[in-house]
Amino acid sequence: MFGTKWIAAAALGSLLLAGQVMAQDKKVVAVSIPAADHGWTAGVVYHAQQAAKEINAAFPGVEVVVKTSPSAAEQVSALEDLSASRKLDALVILPYSSEELTQPVKTIKGAGTFITVVDRGLTDASVQDLYLAGDNIAVGANTAKFMIDKLGGKGDLVVLRGIPTVIDDERIKGFQDTIKGTGLKVLDIQYAHWNSDEAFKLMQDYLAKYPHIDAVWANDDDMLLGVLEAVKQSGRTDIKLALGGNGMKDIVKKVIDGDAMTPIETPYPPAMIKTAIYMTVANLVGQAPVRGTVKLDAPLITQENAKEYYFPDSPF
Amino acid sequence: MTAITGSAPTRREREFNISWTDIGPFLALAALLVVGFMINQDFLSATNLANVITRSAFIAIIAVGATFVISSGGLDLSVGSMAAFITGITIMFMNAVAPHAGIWAIPAGMAVAIVVGMACGLANGLIVTVGRIEPFIATLGTMGIFRALITYLTDGGTIPIDRSLREAYRPVYFGTVAGIPIPILISVAVAAVASFILYKMKYGRKCAAVGANEDVARYSGISVIKTRTIAYIVQGVCVAIAAICYVPRLGAATPTTGQLWELQVITAVVIGGTALRGGKGHVWGTVAGAVILELIANLMVLSDFVSEYLVAAVQGVIIIIAMLIQRFSNSK
Repeated sequence: MFGTKWIAAAALGSLLLAGQVMAQDKKVVAVSIPAADHGWTAGVVYHAQQAAKEINAAFPGVEVVVKTSPSAAEQVSALEDLSASRKLDALVILPYSSEELTQPVKTIKGAGTFITVVDRGLTDASVQDLYLAGDNIAVGANTAKFMIDKLGGKGDLVVLRGIPTVIDDERIKGFQDTIKGTGLKVLDIQYAHWNSDEAFKLMQDYLAKYPHIDAVWANDDDMLLGVLEAVKQSGRTDIKLALGGNGMKDIVKKVIDGDAMTPIETPYPPAMIKTAIYMTVANLVGQAPVRGTVKLDAPLITQENAKEYYFPDSPF
Repeated sequence: MTAITGSAPTRREREFNISWTDIGPFLALAALLVVGFMINQDFLSATNLANVITRSAFIAIIAVGATFVISSGGLDLSVGSMAAFITGITIMFMNAVAPHAGIWAIPAGMAVAIVVGMACGLANGLIVTVGRIEPFIATLGTMGIFRALITYLTDGGTIPIDRSLREAYRPVYFGTVAGIPIPILISVAVAAVASFILYKMKYGRKCAAVGANEDVARYSGISVIKTRTIAYIVQGVCVAIAAICYVPRLGAATPTTGQLWELQVITAVVIGGTALRGGKGHVWGTVAGAVILELIANLMVLSDFVSEYLVAAVQGVIIIIAMLIQRFSNSK
């Protein structure tokens, strides 16, 4: 009895060890991202998994492991789990919140891991080897520039903003700074929490309150969906432009189809996680120098280049 | 508020004296309309009122169900997530059936919604009654479960309804009959049926009795388990009806669908005059409560004095004032 048990245990143990050795032969890239709880994070998860699949197939010497966490606390635990079981060669992280994640990431760096931070920065910038983010100010500014051109420098606007956060503040700031001094006037600005239903209601109210509106800016595509439905219901024809932001596939599709009310889109692409993973792997595999800060611009998505931003299989 | 246990003399007395609790919500509603009109003339325009009352239909319909649950001494925090879950299942079913059944996918999907709603309600009811778990905790659990399920079904993104069904289904939210938007008609119908059940049928009296005093109800031979479980099933059906009206509005289910609806629903029920501790339910008051909530939000946008940062605070103050007025008029 005891004999067989011991043999089984020994066999299992050696198997585990062998697994460990095999894993150590590969360079491990851990990717820690928030779980999908709305459109944008769903896109991040999709693109991270795509990148992992592609890289694991293309580079046999690299193993990309994607781990999603539904909260900051769980992301901290996930980091501990990831680093406890094996040595990480690189960590690509989109932190839930800057404060809580800084120390745990620092600990991992202490073990010699290459750190790539995406989108939300950590409170101590010296922790990261590579920082990659989009440009929220440009999201607002580029949308505003397009509106100024399209409306001939004057017009009445209504704006829907998201949840009170830095992301929302930057987008609104970029927009307001750009229209300053032009004939574009913001009639009203209210929070709709990046939620289609709230945006639908808010747009109905805007339409009831203002008999003439030239253009609407919802700083996120989820909200734009609600806005478009409310405009459609009202049957109003004064609204010339209804623009969003982020690059949701439904809206990019509208741009491809040449929609009159939504002819452009401003990206804040969740696919940036893919850029970060590829750059990190380029450093590990090809010794390509990537240390530094990368800021993705928010170039307008127009009918000409929209295909580049269209991911029909992504949930976002 | 007094506990009604179904004794004939008290009931007759109440029918003659209309209590403050019964008309309080309607007075508040009227006051709000007057204030709103003074702030912005557009407030009483037919389009604005139609929009706002139509919007309040989801909360009103769900809150009618919540009136049953709360009046029987329960509570349901899962209604918002449940609405999202049912919406998701319904759209997926319709999309799957559409290629074979065409437009018939819509009524079939509606039937599925009702069945799923009943099942969700039954689950909540059994956990609370047979499982003997506090309603707050039990439905907090199912709230998380339904929310996670819809997030899972959508991969965190959206499930849009099939394009071939979109136009055919649209009138259920955007259409009108004799100038009245269909969701308003549906919520009035739901409230009418509910008030018949609650005030004219034996079950309604059992419901109030269980909510007013569980022990007395049990000694009177009322099955507390059965009464409460049925209340949760009614709630499930109401959520399903709301989901049926909701789907055509934006034509999609997302993980954020129905977020925080549970709090609006409970607020509507309480503004409507039903006590959170159970007892007599006020169905029409609940409907008025739902409309009041939506009107306040509308008024915040139409008026210009409130900074966008303070909207929620002002809404909170108005709700508290409305409740205080009711409380003081009650004690007279």
